[in-house]
Amino acid sequence: MSSLMRIMINVAIVAAVSLASSLNDVNASPVDTYEFKDEVTKIRFQALSKELRCPKCQNQNLADSNSPIAADLRRELYELLQQGKADSEIVDFMVNRYGEFVLYRPKVSELTYVLWFGPAILVLLGLVIVVLIVRRKPAKKEELALTSEQQDKLKQLLKDK
Amino acid sequence: MNKLIRFIPLILVLALGVVLYRGLSLNPQDMPSALVGKPIPSFSLPTLNNAERIVSAQDLTGEIVLLNVWATWCPTCKYEHPYLVDIAKKSELKLYGLNYKDERNAAQEWLTHYEDPYVFSIFDEIGTLGLDLGVYGAPETFVIDHHGIIRKRFAGAIDTRVWRTEFEPLIAQIIAERKQGE
Repeated sequence: MSSLMRIMINVAIVAAVSLASSLNDVNASPVDTYEFKDEVTKIRFQALSKELRCPKCQNQNLADSNSPIAADLRRELYELLQQGKADSEIVDFMVNRYGEFVLYRPKVSELTYVLWFGPAILVLLGLVIVVLIVRRKPAKKEELALTSEQQDKLKQLLKDK
Repeated sequence: MNKLIRFIPLILVLALGVVLYRGLSLNPQDMPSALVGKPIPSFSLPTLNNAERIVSAQDLTGEIVLLNVWATWCPTCKYEHPYLVDIAKKSELKLYGLNYKDERNAAQEWLTHYEDPYVFSIFDEIGTLGLDLGVYGAPETFVIDHHGIIRKRFAGAIDTRVWRTEFEPLIAQIIAERKQGE
């Protein structure tokens, strides 16, 4: 195979891979054309629509979902932001209507203690178990060593050979 | 003691199995409404049949009410419709409709064609009342007691089985409460 051909094949492979990865970047997120009064509001809109869950399509957030209810809630979110509502007021607005369910980052409450603290407790428990196992005293050395009588006997046996 | 320790992983796995197995029979779509126990949100909207007539939460208060969210774009609403007609005839409840994000003409035609079980239907073209009620689709049905408090929200189609298991016990309870003067 000529070196020119080899180079051409390499170029083709690189092109194919980069094409494939750029296709992966294309997602099906819906596009709304909202005009924001400033950059901060825009960022808040994006953050909130990622953090609020679509009630209809339960494994998508508002930003991801194409369902009509998600579009309605994005519009509502936009209007609340334009009215100058704080993030916490907007979150409360949604929770009052759709329940705690709409929060991808649930509030810390009695219901969600397990969710929030469970993993940390499990990690701690695991660490404690590891430490206990590692620090467990090895079997007593004295038992492994031979007594002087046994030593003598061993020497005797070895001499016999 | 040491022998027992050996069984701990097995016991943990079994417990996890039980939890996950139970999860299989739970319905993830079954969400409690945030509005149960709260009054009907205030609104001011026209009725479907008369754009001049503006109704509000007061018009739904005082009786035991079923508020059914429906639309002509919703195939399940068509399935549910005959059951609603039946319930409106037999039951002592007042059945109101919330025509949700629909076109007025199509919705009026639907009611002429399939029979109108509703005392009236609220015409919520852009879904403002729907949003305040936490509606995310159709059909949905709310039970509102004689004090105007939302007692139940049911997402999905009503049929004979659903009516018997999901609605009748609660309605009987509300009727009993009303008789006791609560």
